[in-house]
Amino acid sequence: MKVIEVNNLVKRFGAFTAVNKISMEVEQGEIFGFLGANGAGKTTAMRMLCGLSIPTEGSGVVAGFDVKKQPEMIKKNIGYMSQKFSLYNDLKVWENIRLFGGIYGMDEKSIADKTDTLLKTLNFESERNTMVKDLPLGWKQKLAFSVSIFHNPKIVFLDEPTGGVDPFTRRQFWELIYKAAADGITIFVTTHYMDEAEYCDRVSIMVDGKIEALDTPKNLKKQFEAKSMDEVFQQLARKATRQSD
Amino acid sequence: MKQFITFVRKEFYHIFRDVRTMMILLLMPIIQIILFGFAITTEVKNAKIAIYDPSKDISSQQIIERIKASEYFEVTRYLTNSSELNDVFKDGKVGLVIVFSEKFNETLMHTGKAQIQLLADATDPNNATTLTNYATAIIGSYQHDLMGETNIPFQIVPETKLLYNPQMKGAYNFVPGVLGMILMLICAMMTSISIVREKELGTMEILLASPMKPIYIILAKAVPYFFISCVNLATVLLLSVYVLGVPVAGSLFWLIVVCLIFIMVSLALGLLVSTITDTQLAAMLVSGMVFMMPVMMLSGMMFPTENMPIVLQWISNVIPAKWFIIIVKDIMIKGVGIAAVWKEVVVLCVMALVLIIVSLKNFKIRLE
Repeated sequence: MKVIEVNNLVKRFGAFTAVNKISMEVEQGEIFGFLGANGAGKTTAMRMLCGLSIPTEGSGVVAGFDVKKQPEMIKKNIGYMSQKFSLYNDLKVWENIRLFGGIYGMDEKSIADKTDTLLKTLNFESERNTMVKDLPLGWKQKLAFSVSIFHNPKIVFLDEPTGGVDPFTRRQFWELIYKAAADGITIFVTTHYMDEAEYCDRVSIMVDGKIEALDTPKNLKKQFEAKSMDEVFQQLARKATRQSD
Repeated sequence: MKQFITFVRKEFYHIFRDVRTMMILLLMPIIQIILFGFAITTEVKNAKIAIYDPSKDISSQQIIERIKASEYFEVTRYLTNSSELNDVFKDGKVGLVIVFSEKFNETLMHTGKAQIQLLADATDPNNATTLTNYATAIIGSYQHDLMGETNIPFQIVPETKLLYNPQMKGAYNFVPGVLGMILMLICAMMTSISIVREKELGTMEILLASPMKPIYIILAKAVPYFFISCVNLATVLLLSVYVLGVPVAGSLFWLIVVCLIFIMVSLALGLLVSTITDTQLAAMLVSGMVFMMPVMMLSGMMFPTENMPIVLQWISNVIPAKWFIIIVKDIMIKGVGIAAVWKEVVVLCVMALVLIIVSLKNFKIRLE
């Protein structure tokens, strides 16, 4: 089942075309990597998929809802984790979970039960009452991810979720992503770490507002005669004319 | 040493490249000096007064001529009836009423003594003192000239009556002003900082991506500050009445209603500031410098606006606190009913409405 289906999406800001006719499809349960150099239009594209920005042209369906006409319904059915932290530093761990559970319309009992399960799975039970600002960075990120999928959305959008984290913690983070995908949640992740690109089922690379490549990492490496996703990226990024913003 | 200089230069860059802060740092002193130097004056000129002269004889007319000629006074009303004396101060247009006794000249000539009553609006005690002093001086000089011509020891005795604030308590004047300032500070400044903090920390992005409607985010931010303002309102009123001895002469109900309207105005201002600033520091500076300063100086709280240059009087009309202070003074201290201040209340309501609409629109635009 396709959870994302977009066709020739365009976003213009005045005379500047940030996203220039992108089309793609993402299946349920896929781990989809959305790559591109800075300034390529990734963030703008993602905002359209999240219901945060109405496309200038084109059409799309995300989680079963139209991107132009039903952005509010899209928001209800997705999760989102941003680069800057998604959690409130001066709230405790369980308070943050309750807040976001409530925002996404979960009832008190479900929130309480799921909180217990979540803390047990993450081995966070001892940190239930810790202020988020007192948690180490890697734990914050794991918690932020767990909160973003707490309400069981169909898709979760991750905007560079592992920035500034050591390789071991990043690996642990990806374990969480694999588990979520196995549970049927589609993962839409942007990243600058090319090794993470290898972990994805399929990857797309944006250059200057267009999608210049979209396939499995294996096929892309074959297509570009590269040994790693890093090389694939370098070849495509070289052609870019836009400066990063 | 060289290290130090390089670092100092960097610090200068930080300041110069933050245009907004720099303007405040460099322009504010200039504006303040000019305002204090030229515009804001505690002197009284052309103060509006009224006269009640039931005698209309030669002496009273002569005194009235002198008063009219004086640059301190501008006679705006001639009362025709002693019953008007009760209401003349209620619309706040005159600060002093000079009342001549009946058969003024006759009494003066026959008995050598006559009385003039000076009724002063003592809600602003300083103003009242100044006006009664000027009036007494003019009357005294007339008396002196009269005596000089005829060598009879005439005595014109001015009897001063201070209305609304017989003990000339300064508190009567500044309690409304302080109330306005506190409400503005809490609602405008704190609300704007709270909204901008989410922007700065990046949590606003998460909220906007969630099903939470933006209007609810704003309302949720405003609610705690609304409650705190209400608590502060209660505290200030209790302290004013019981500790400072300032009365609530008029209707408490309407006083509270007006305060609630003013709280709405301040909350809307806070929202507006949050849409034009990106950092908490900027929000604080804008709320503080751009709102607090003019409120203190141009709202009539500390300095009478009637004596300011016309330009500043116009600016003063745009400041919501000015209208709020007038209403609060009239209700609390003069004890007028809501009907007497309906004009000011309407102005405040319109301001609240306009600000709410403008700031909500601005907020929506910024979202895209």
